[in-house]
Amino acid sequence: MEKIYAHPQSLYNVSSHYCAGCGHGIAHRLVAEAVDELGIREKVIAIAPVGCAVLAYDYWNFDCTEAAHGRALAVATAIKRVRPDNVVFTYQGDGDLAAIGTNETIHTANRGENLTVIFINNAVYGMTGGQMAPTSLIGQKTATTLKGRDPALQGYPLKISELLAQLPGVKYVERVALISPAEINKARQAVLLALRNQIEGVGFSLVEMLSPCPTYWGMSAQAAMGWIKETMIKEFPLGRIK
Amino acid sequence: MSGNDAIAEGAIRAGCRFYAGYPITPQNELTAYMAEHMPESGGVAIQAESELAAINMVFGAAAAGARAMTSSSSPGISLKQEGISYLAGAELPGVIVNMMRGGPGLGNIAPSQSDYFQATRGGGHGDYRCLVLAPASVEEAFGQMFEAFDRADRYRNPVIILGDGMLGQMMEPLSVSPGRIKSYAKPWALTGCKGRAPNIIRSLYLKDGALEDVNLRLQKKYALMRRTEQRWESACLDDARVVVVAYGGMFRIVKGAVRKLREAGKKIGLIRPISLWPFPDRAFEPLLKKRLSYLAVEMSYGQMIEDVRLALCTRQPIEFLGRAGGGIPTEEAIIKKIKTML
Repeated sequence: MEKIYAHPQSLYNVSSHYCAGCGHGIAHRLVAEAVDELGIREKVIAIAPVGCAVLAYDYWNFDCTEAAHGRALAVATAIKRVRPDNVVFTYQGDGDLAAIGTNETIHTANRGENLTVIFINNAVYGMTGGQMAPTSLIGQKTATTLKGRDPALQGYPLKISELLAQLPGVKYVERVALISPAEINKARQAVLLALRNQIEGVGFSLVEMLSPCPTYWGMSAQAAMGWIKETMIKEFPLGRIK
Repeated sequence: MSGNDAIAEGAIRAGCRFYAGYPITPQNELTAYMAEHMPESGGVAIQAESELAAINMVFGAAAAGARAMTSSSSPGISLKQEGISYLAGAELPGVIVNMMRGGPGLGNIAPSQSDYFQATRGGGHGDYRCLVLAPASVEEAFGQMFEAFDRADRYRNPVIILGDGMLGQMMEPLSVSPGRIKSYAKPWALTGCKGRAPNIIRSLYLKDGALEDVNLRLQKKYALMRRTEQRWESACLDDARVVVVAYGGMFRIVKGAVRKLREAGKKIGLIRPISLWPFPDRAFEPLLKKRLSYLAVEMSYGQMIEDVRLALCTRQPIEFLGRAGGGIPTEEAIIKKIKTML
């Protein structure tokens, strides 16, 4: 009998440290599946972020480095320039990519580095205990916005993907959501395209994944997926941005 | 050639194939030289968006196995400290050039030696050390680039070249001899995991006791460096009554002062630390039994003098002469000071 669904070679068969209902597990698997499908496991070099996914190398069966908080794209730039034949991607959260690392993000994109970015947007800082993220929604309650994010005090959710799409060096930007088999399948296609772009030399490609954080949203896993679908998508619409 | 140009040329000839920098005076010639000449050698030179990005690009290039370097001047080096700590923690080789200028804060662009503590004590967070070399001439700066890249690879540790604005701008003749390059196997580098288990570059260790083990391994490495990497130059110590200690650009002025005093029959000796970390304690060991006076001369308000005190086990009289913030101790001032000690 033909086996049509198996554990990806690029993903270790280990138990996860992530909370129940967290999106990182799905995102890790999507990346691993895409790497397998493209046959690039032995060419991939990944940059793990600072945040909940810092231990990504405990799950991915390919070369990996940490980077200082926010500096993943500076590290990735150099790795890709030194080893242009390898496939280099960063995996970054909203705080990493759109707060402390905004400068690196914009300038790496603006240089048009031939890199792939997997951007996990869960609208909160997970590892440090649920503080406001640059992408937290207006009214969203976090450890540092107890009454909800107030634009007068904390500004607005930062749509970094839309900002990046303005830059001529950026070739592909798509926002997906890890909330249902259909949407996850779209996410899979987006990751594949973002990696394929790099292999074909197209240039800077970014996939933003709206990803549930039930723990710091104070919801059940199912409710968290519902919140993305009902609320988060209104601020961060899905689909191809560029 | 200027010191800045010589450092860049030395680095390229020493096998540096990745450079990232951000403009700051007085080291801009170095960045420009790299932009012009690095591509000729098949290497990569990037003008980064910040010092943070530049040092983290060095981190990435080093992780990928390249000989990598960045350069800056004092305020920019402060920004790089985070990245230097990560290089040390992940045990990645890298060379950092600091052409020191006046501080604190934005300071000014005059030569200074006020970053001695920052360079020799770590600078960033955590228990780590960088090998620190201080050239005193353009030719020596050129040569030290070979040593810097070699030691960075040998120890898998950041190496700092601590110069100053004077050395960077100074023009001196340079005889370019082909330096020897030893190449080091880097089985730990990120190359893609073809034919091997995945490599991981990390400085995060959460499991019980793991970080302590890493620190103990680092300390062992630093102890080895202390034993094997002390370097200095000394002169006229046999009959000296006063020993003057100075490094880098400051040494050049001190040397002139000591020469004049020697010509006048005064018994003055000279020690120039070449490695600032590890500090060359051994230069002082043969002198410990004698009762001598020491004078530390720096373009700072007294930083290296603390290492001299430690080397002397704080048992000998030691005086200080220093200016910073644009002021430089003159030959006349040095001579006057030494005469008060005789």
